[in-house]
Amino acid sequence: MKDVKVLGPGCKRCAATAEMVEAEARKLGVSVTIEKVTDYARIATYGVASTPGLVVDGKLVHAGGVPKPEDVRSWLKES
Amino acid sequence: MSAPLAANARPSQPGAALWIGATVAALVLWVVLYSQLEPFSIWFVGRLPVRPGAHLHEALSFFALDTPKVLLLLTVVVFGMGVVRSFFSAERTRAMLAGRREGAGNVAAAALGIVTPFCSCSAVPMFIGFVSAGVPLGVTFSFLISAPMVNEVALGLLLALVGWKVATIYLGFGLAVAIVSGWVIGQLHLEGWLEPWVRDLRTAAVDLTAQSLTPVDRIRAGLDAMRDIVGRVWLWMILGIGAGAVIHGYVPTELLASIMGRGAWWSVPAVVLIAVPIYSNAAGIIPVVEALLGKGAALGTVLAFMMAVTAISAPETVLLRRVLSLRLIAVFIGVVTVGILAVGYLFNALI
Repeated sequence: MKDVKVLGPGCKRCAATAEMVEAEARKLGVSVTIEKVTDYARIATYGVASTPGLVVDGKLVHAGGVPKPEDVRSWLKES
Repeated sequence: MSAPLAANARPSQPGAALWIGATVAALVLWVVLYSQLEPFSIWFVGRLPVRPGAHLHEALSFFALDTPKVLLLLTVVVFGMGVVRSFFSAERTRAMLAGRREGAGNVAAAALGIVTPFCSCSAVPMFIGFVSAGVPLGVTFSFLISAPMVNEVALGLLLALVGWKVATIYLGFGLAVAIVSGWVIGQLHLEGWLEPWVRDLRTAAVDLTAQSLTPVDRIRAGLDAMRDIVGRVWLWMILGIGAGAVIHGYVPTELLASIMGRGAWWSVPAVVLIAVPIYSNAAGIIPVVEALLGKGAALGTVLAFMMAVTAISAPETVLLRRVLSLRLIAVFIGVVTVGILAVGYLFNALI
C-alpha cells in the first residue's frame, strides 16, 4: 500500500497530477491512498516551494509541475 | 547508485537525434512563417471591404498583423523559456538564496526571478517555502516582484515588437525596482507582520535536482511550457491586441500625446493608479504598449503602466493575504508603486 500525497492549493495541474497517479497505480496494480494536501501550512512543512508537489510514503519526490508518467511509475514501484 | 545503473534508470530515449532534428525543422518553418506575416496581413486586409486610410482599416491592419505575430513570438519565446527554466527550479533558487544577506541577496533574487519558473498561482507556496527556509523577507520580496514583471515573455515580446532599446531599459529598471523595493522592505524589519504561523514555520530547504535531464527532456519541458502558457494566455493576448488595434485605429494622436505625453506631469501616477488593479500578463499588455508608443505616448509613462500591470495584480494580492497581514500587503504595494512612479518620472525627464 502506497501512501501518496499531492501537494497543491487546488490548481488545475494539481488535480491532473492526482488523476495521473491514480491511473498509473491502477495500470501497475499497486494499491494507493491519494490525499490532496491543500493547506498551505502543511504544504510548506514538506519543504516544497513550487506546486504541485508529490510525496510518496512520506518522502518528497517531486515539485513544480505535473510529473512525467514514467517517473510516477518508478516511484510507485519502489518499495 | 553507480553511473551505469543511473544510465539504465532512463533506458529508452530513442531518437534523440530525431527530437533535435524536428525541433530545428520547426524553428526553420517558424522563421519562414514569420517572414511572410507582413505581406500576408496586407493581402488579407486588402481583401476586406474597407477603405484604405479609414479608422477601421488602420485598426484591422494592426490586428491582422499583430495576432499571428504575437502568437508566433509567444510560442517560440515560451518554448525557449521552458528549455531555459528546466535548468532552474524554485527549490534550487531557494537553496541559492537561503541565508543570503540583504543587499547582494536582493540582487541575486531579482536576477533569479527572471529565469525561475513562476506563476501567480504558486506565489503563496513559494513565498512560504522561501521564508520558512531562511530566505530573508526583503530578499523574498525582491524575487516576488521581479518574477512576474521581468520575465522572458515580457522581454522577448518587447524585443520583437518594440525594439531592443526599450527591452533593455525595461530589464534594467524592472530589476532596479525589484532590488530596491525588496531592500527597503528588508530594512523596515517587518517580519513581525507576517501571519504568525508563517513566521514560526521552519523547514529544511530540500533540493530535488538529483533528477538529471537529457536534452530531449529539456525539449519536452519547452513543449510542455508552450502548451501550458499559450493555452492560458492566448485570450489575454487577443484582448490586448484588440485594445491595441482600437488605440491604433481610433485614438487621435494629438489627444493621446496630450494625455500620455511628456507634458502631462500627472499622467504617470494616473496610469499607475489605473494599472494596479488591472490584471494581465506580459503577452496581453505588450500590444497595448506598442500601440501607445506609436501614438506618441511618453516612454516612461508607458513603462510605468506596463510594470504596474504585471508586478501588482489583484488576484495575487488576494492570495498573498493568506500569509501576509494587511499592513504588510499595503507596504508591499506602496513600495513597489513608488518605485514604478520613480521609473516613470526618471524616464520622462531623461529622454
